[in-house]
Amino acid sequence: MKRVYVNEKWCISCHLCEYNCAFANSGETSMVKALKGVTIRPRIRVEENDRVSFAVACRHCPDPICVKSCITGALSAKDGIISVDSWKCVGCYTCICACPYGAIQPDETRGVVQKCELCTRNSCGEPACVKGCPNGAIVFEEREKKQ
Amino acid sequence: MINYLYPDYEIVRDPSKCIACRVCERQCANEAHSFDEEAGCMVADSSRCVNCHRCVSLCPTRALKIVKSDHTFKQNANWTGDRITEIYKQASTGGVLLSSMGNPNAFPIYFDKILINASQVTNPSIDPLREPMETKTFLGKKTGEIRRDEKGRILPYTEPQIELSVPIMFSAMSYGSISYNAHESLARAAQELGILYNTGEGGLHEDFRQYGANTIVQVASGRFGVYKDYLEAGAAIEIKMGQGAKPGIGGHLPGTKIVGDISKTRMIPEGSDAISPAPHHDIYSIEDLRQLVFSLKEASEYKKPVIVKIAAVHNVAAIASGVARSGADIIAIDGFRGGTGAAPTRIRDNVGIPIELALASVDSRLREEGIRDNVSIVVGGSIRSSADVVKAIALGADAVYIATAALLSLGCHLCRSCQSGKCNWGIATQRPELVKRLNPDIGSQRLVNLVTAWKHEIMEMMGGMGINSIEALKGNRLMLRGIGLNEKELEILGIKHAGE
Repeated sequence: MKRVYVNEKWCISCHLCEYNCAFANSGETSMVKALKGVTIRPRIRVEENDRVSFAVACRHCPDPICVKSCITGALSAKDGIISVDSWKCVGCYTCICACPYGAIQPDETRGVVQKCELCTRNSCGEPACVKGCPNGAIVFEEREKKQ
Repeated sequence: MINYLYPDYEIVRDPSKCIACRVCERQCANEAHSFDEEAGCMVADSSRCVNCHRCVSLCPTRALKIVKSDHTFKQNANWTGDRITEIYKQASTGGVLLSSMGNPNAFPIYFDKILINASQVTNPSIDPLREPMETKTFLGKKTGEIRRDEKGRILPYTEPQIELSVPIMFSAMSYGSISYNAHESLARAAQELGILYNTGEGGLHEDFRQYGANTIVQVASGRFGVYKDYLEAGAAIEIKMGQGAKPGIGGHLPGTKIVGDISKTRMIPEGSDAISPAPHHDIYSIEDLRQLVFSLKEASEYKKPVIVKIAAVHNVAAIASGVARSGADIIAIDGFRGGTGAAPTRIRDNVGIPIELALASVDSRLREEGIRDNVSIVVGGSIRSSADVVKAIALGADAVYIATAALLSLGCHLCRSCQSGKCNWGIATQRPELVKRLNPDIGSQRLVNLVTAWKHEIMEMMGGMGINSIEALKGNRLMLRGIGLNEKELEILGIKHAGE
C-alpha cells in the first residue's frame, strides 16, 4: 500500500504541509478564503527542534491500536486506510490517548476526532502535504515488500 | 552614524491574501519578515531584503512581491543613484565594495546582435525529430598527422579526449563557494547527461569520487586539495589562470567558512583563510605554464587532457596562442560577464572583455597560426540560452561552460548576495539549515531538464540551418550575421552584417 513517508533529511521546517492539509480538508476552493484569520487544525504536524524537523501524520498502521481502542466503531481500516466516521464518533478521545504517534487530533468545532485519511475524502486526489512539499521531504510511495 | 541608505527593494504584501502562515518568516535567513503578535499580522523590514524571491516563491497564497523602490535621489545623469549609494557605503565602511555573480552593467551583449541562418529551397532544412542529428563532441588535441608502422599500416593514436553528449559543461564552482548539495546536483546531472562538471578550486569531496568520469578537477593558484589521487580522480585536469569575473585577482574564502568537510577537502586547517594568490607563484611565462601542464600530465600518466582556463582580457588572442603552444589540450576562456561567489565590485564591473569578441579573435588567431587543431576551445562567461551556445560554436568554440544558468536552474534568483553566505536557496551557503533546502534529487533533475531542453533547441536550430552534426557548425561563421554592429565589430567577430 502507498503511504506517506517523511524524509527528515530534506524537511526545511517551512510548515507548508500543515497549511496545505488544512486547506485540502476545508472544502473551500481558495486557500485565502479557507485559512485567512483561522487557527488551522491540520492532520499533519511538523515536529522540530534546533537541528531536526519532520512532519508527522497518521502512519496507517497495519495493526492499528486506535481502531482497537475505539469504543463506538467510528474508526475503521479499509484497504489499509484508517478513517473516522464522524457520525459514530462520540468524542471520548480514547484513540487520541492510544495513538503512540500523536497522529489523531480533536476536531474541537464538532466534538469528534480527525485524522489523516490520505486525502481520500476530499477533492485533492492525492495527499496535499506531499503535493505541496517544496523539497521532496514528504513522499507518497509503496515501500512494503509485496507478499 | 546616520544610515544614508534607503532599501533598493520593497517587500509588498497583499493583506487581503496573507494568511499569516509565517512561511516567509521561516524561510528568510536575512530575517526580513516577522509576525506582529499584537497586531496579529505579518510585517516586513525591506532594509534586510536581498530580493532573492525565496518568500515570494514559497508563499502559498501569492501574497508577496518585491518591487524596486521608487525612492529616488534628485535626477542626475552623471551622479546616478548607484554611484551615490556606493559612495555612501564606502564612506561608512572604508572598505572595498564586494559583489557576486556576473557583471550586471549595460555593456553590449554581442550574442544579442548576432542572428542565425536557416535554409530555404536550395539547401533543405532537417527535421531533428525524423532524422539523425549528432550533438556529440570530443574535446582535446586533434591528431595532426597519420602515423604508420614499418609495413605502412596506420597506427591509431589519439591524444586523451573528453567526450560530451552535448557541447555543454558545468563550469568551475568550488565546494565552499557553493554547497555540498549544489555540488551533488551538478555531479549527478553531469553523469546522467553524459557531460562534465568542474570541482573548482575546493578539492574533491570523497563522496563525489563516484562521479569521476564526469568530473574536471581544477588546479588553481592556491592548489587546495590537490594531490595525486585527486588528479587521477577526474576525466580532465584544469589549470585555472584566471576567472572572467575577476581577471588578475585571486580568491579569499574566509576562515569562518573553512569548517568540517570543507577544511578536509581543501586540506587546510579549520578556521584558516583559504587565500588563492592572484598569480600562480610558479608561473611567470608560457614556459612556466608548460612545466605545470607537463607536471600534471606526468602525474596522471598522460591519460587526461589538460585544460588551461584564462579570463578574456585585452590581449587574449596572444595569450591563447601561447597556451596552445604550452602543451595544453583545451583552452577555456571566461568572459567578463562570468560569475563569482565574491569579487571586488570595481574589478567585476570594469575589467575584461566580452566573450564573443574574445572567442572570435582567439579562434581566428589560432587558425592564422595553424595551431587551431592543437587545442579545443571552451567558452564561458554568460551563455544564457541554447541560441548563445549555437552562436558560440559557430564563432569557433568546441563547447561552452555554463554556471550561472546552472545555478538559476537550481533556484538561484541572481540576488547577487553570495558573499553574505546566507543563500536562502541552499546554493551559496554552508549553513546546514540552508544547505538542506536544496534537495539534490530535485536539483539534479532540474539541471538535466535544462540541458535536455537546450539540446532539443540546438538540434532544431542546427536542423534549420541544414546541418546534422555539431562538428559541421564549429567555426561556421557564415551561419551568423551581425545586426546593428559597426565595421570594426564585424571584423573582429569575423561575420557579415545582416543583408550581406
